[in-house]
Amino acid sequence: MKTYRTHLMLCAGTGCVSNGSYRIAAALERELAKHRLQDEVAVIMTGCNGFCAQGPVMTVLPDGIFYQLLTDTDIPCLVEEHFLKGRPVQRLMYTPPAEKAPVPKMSDIGFFKKQRLIALRNRGLIDPEKIEESIARGGYRALAKALTSMSRDQIIQEIKKSGLRGRGGAGFPTGLKWELTAKQPGHEKFIVCNGDEGDPGAFMDRSIVESDPHSVLEGMIIGARAIGASHGFVYIRQEYPLALERLNLALRQARAYGLLGLDILAMGFDFDISVHRGAGAFVCGEETSLIGSLEGRPPEPRIRPPFPAESGVHGQPTCINNVETWATVPEILNRGAEWFAQIGTETSKGTKVFSLVGKVKNTGLVEVPMGITLREMVFEIGGGTQGDRKFKAVQTGGPSGGCLPASLLDLPIDYERLAEAGSIMGSGGMIVLDEDTCMVDVARYFLDFLRDESCGKCTACREGIDVMYQIVADICEGKGKEEHLPLLEELGQAVKDGSMCALGGTAPNPVLSTLRYFKEEYEAHIRQRRCPAGVCKALITYGIDPEKCKGCLLCNKSCPQEAISGERRKPQTIEQNKCIKCGICRDACKFEAVTVQ
Amino acid sequence: MGKLRPEDLEKIAERMKKVMSLRQGAGQAKITVHMGTCGIAAGARKIMSALMRCVDESAVKDVIVTTSGCAGLCSREPMMTVERTGEAPVKYVDLTEEKVQRIFTEHVLGGRIAADCALAIGSEQTL
Repeated sequence: MKTYRTHLMLCAGTGCVSNGSYRIAAALERELAKHRLQDEVAVIMTGCNGFCAQGPVMTVLPDGIFYQLLTDTDIPCLVEEHFLKGRPVQRLMYTPPAEKAPVPKMSDIGFFKKQRLIALRNRGLIDPEKIEESIARGGYRALAKALTSMSRDQIIQEIKKSGLRGRGGAGFPTGLKWELTAKQPGHEKFIVCNGDEGDPGAFMDRSIVESDPHSVLEGMIIGARAIGASHGFVYIRQEYPLALERLNLALRQARAYGLLGLDILAMGFDFDISVHRGAGAFVCGEETSLIGSLEGRPPEPRIRPPFPAESGVHGQPTCINNVETWATVPEILNRGAEWFAQIGTETSKGTKVFSLVGKVKNTGLVEVPMGITLREMVFEIGGGTQGDRKFKAVQTGGPSGGCLPASLLDLPIDYERLAEAGSIMGSGGMIVLDEDTCMVDVARYFLDFLRDESCGKCTACREGIDVMYQIVADICEGKGKEEHLPLLEELGQAVKDGSMCALGGTAPNPVLSTLRYFKEEYEAHIRQRRCPAGVCKALITYGIDPEKCKGCLLCNKSCPQEAISGERRKPQTIEQNKCIKCGICRDACKFEAVTVQ
Repeated sequence: MGKLRPEDLEKIAERMKKVMSLRQGAGQAKITVHMGTCGIAAGARKIMSALMRCVDESAVKDVIVTTSGCAGLCSREPMMTVERTGEAPVKYVDLTEEKVQRIFTEHVLGGRIAADCALAIGSEQTL
């Protein structure tokens, strides 16, 4: 490979690509060629860097300088100033909110400082489409170790000792799952990588596959060796085109190098992996539904036991782990179970990847040690709420997780603590909500999602979620009754108890947790017919504060209903029978004169 | 490349070391070529190319080459600073391609300062 003096690690994760990183790449190549720097400076397209809010982002190595929010027009100046003349361009660097001076180095930025990368160890440091770069960063070394110097049982014991638990949500000890599958009789066994990431706003697995597909493959091959599986499946969403493309490329490269197929690393072990594309049903994240889908049946869960470890794909013993779990495995073998076990909390070891989204400044993908507090996540890594609005809650665990209020901000994040607080770890979604969010409306949104996604097999889940949705929707529309609240709690418990799989088992969480922590908001909707956050349209009226209104007519002109009238330089008024409560006037007003009650 | 054996992984890693050590920003030496307008006018681009050739042709895999702006001593350009890990940086002035080759062999690889081309020990702070 040719020697360059500088590598421009340009993020080609999904977020940055949609913000134009391929355009930036073309502009960089063009400008580098113009200054005849094409042989000195290389542009490398990497997987997701994580700081999606500031995309497109680029890290300049070896200097470690971090550029953000790049546009085509910045590139000529950037190339000439930094890459030709060696003067980093300050205006393209990241300036933390409330500070004036930009932070040049990626490692000094608060968003990255608290992170500890294990599953994402190679993100932004390799070109995910080159297997050699993965190998140079230690890829497939754990596999070599597992094949040359460890017995199958030693591998399992190492994973057990590390304390690794399933990263897909349930948190089942990974080593134990492997051991159970390995002990089953029968010579045909399967392993499955669950990449059916269905939570709205979650992109952990997607980013891992996009930024380092070989880490997942290596983990799977090691797992297959440990449990004695002959074939593996990656079940991944069809909606993830880039992840699919990189995964398929990685599979071809691994086969060409003899890391998959017959006689892996010339050590006499045979194993191969095929890719199964999912059509995007939330319930397929549940392992027995996923198996159904893999076999070509409708994705409906079935009674466990027998667990997949005993009878899974085609009735054979099957070990299913999530993308992040597989990606973590090689690093545990490389660095040892003790090393992994000293990170995290008593019951939850290691690190966890979260997608931090919602009303937070630094949205993106972060990997942090277990035990970090919600406060550190939201305020130190996330940089606080957008527009410094008052923090209200953080929703963890995806649609069937729960909302945790400000009083729980110091809760350390691990499987048990989240469950005690009425939420779940889930696969790592984390949605920050501020004072402008109505908690009843949030519960309604998630119930709407879940009633669509329920497979309909269990009556409690199929009918129960729908009834809960109707009640919560009624409350949002001002038709709530006092007896609705105890009924919701009772229904929630019934859905939990009467559902076979985790979808129904956790579906009432959004309602139950908001009832637990934000009951006064439900009561305001029911008793006073008022939405405190000003979200539920049936319960709010828009008005104009005559004291604050300057009569600039901005609201008047922007109203699509022509509901606002009044003379120039005089306070405006809203005709309530014409108003559709779209909120355009409030966005248009520069004096905060539009009120919502 | 055909099927790998366990020991081949290390060979690939070794082959890729030039690329990867650059990304980790750690190396046995860092060379900064001064690329201000004055430097470029005095021929810093040629100096950079000569230096890149030296790195390319040598067996060492972890020499970092970077650029910086004008050091303020425009009359002595082209200039470069050589900093071996754990040693004081040395500034070289009035460079030619031949001098670059000699500095690379003697100082960067050999650890002996090429005193006749050197201006002083020390480096200005950039950024």
